[in-house]
Amino acid sequence: MTNPISSYLGVHGAALPLREQRMQLLASNLSNADTPNYKAVDLEFQSVLEDAARNAASGAGRAERAPGSLDPAGRIFERPGVQPSLDGNTVDADTERAAYGRAALEYRASLSFLESKVRTMLTAITGQ
Amino acid sequence: MSNLPIFDVAGSALRAQSVRLNTIASNLANADSVASTAEGAYKPLEPVFQARALNGDGSLTAVNVKEITQSGTPPIKRYEPGHPLADGEGYVYVPDVDPVAQMVNLISASRGYQAGVEMLNTAKELALATLTMGR
Repeated sequence: MTNPISSYLGVHGAALPLREQRMQLLASNLSNADTPNYKAVDLEFQSVLEDAARNAASGAGRAERAPGSLDPAGRIFERPGVQPSLDGNTVDADTERAAYGRAALEYRASLSFLESKVRTMLTAITGQ
Repeated sequence: MSNLPIFDVAGSALRAQSVRLNTIASNLANADSVASTAEGAYKPLEPVFQARALNGDGSLTAVNVKEITQSGTPPIKRYEPGHPLADGEGYVYVPDVDPVAQMVNLISASRGYQAGVEMLNTAKELALATLTMGR
């Protein structure tokens, strides 16, 4: 069964939790910038989002999954380090900081798209 | 685990880096502590970090302080017969603390701590913006 609200929100409803999950990955990387043998990870954002968009368009697969669990497992890959350090850690703190800032901005972008959708819907409901 | 996992991850980074800062402070403070035996001399401390997965698929990894190790480098034997703590042969023992290495560690730890605070701030702003959506 298609949830009318989630199909109305379209890909943005799926993108927001995905962006949050990517931020969690980047936060893990930054937190472990000094942990020996930790490997930097990232999300194959494009392919996960394409799946989400396909699901949102067809309306399938949305009902049985809780929002935010678009199953990115298996799409998490180890990012090769630019300059791996001697202790086996591949996190480049500057790259991660830049990626985190960018991810935060992208999250805000998704949020404002979503917000305008919600506003439109609220206007339609209240008729004002 | 809470509803805001980034807070857990960044919080673990703050905790780990502050343990590291504490050990560096101890090492620098005790750089000149003397003892009358080699065993009694202060041993420089160093924390060992370890990644800790918070969920099954490895998408959320906090950092833990696994243990705090004591350096095994032997203390420096210094000849100071007039020193009140000198042993029978006139030697005192001072820990082998390298102030330069400690300062480099200190800078790295404080950068790590700052990164954690920035992460928390950004995550907090985004969570607040999301909570007030449509208002």
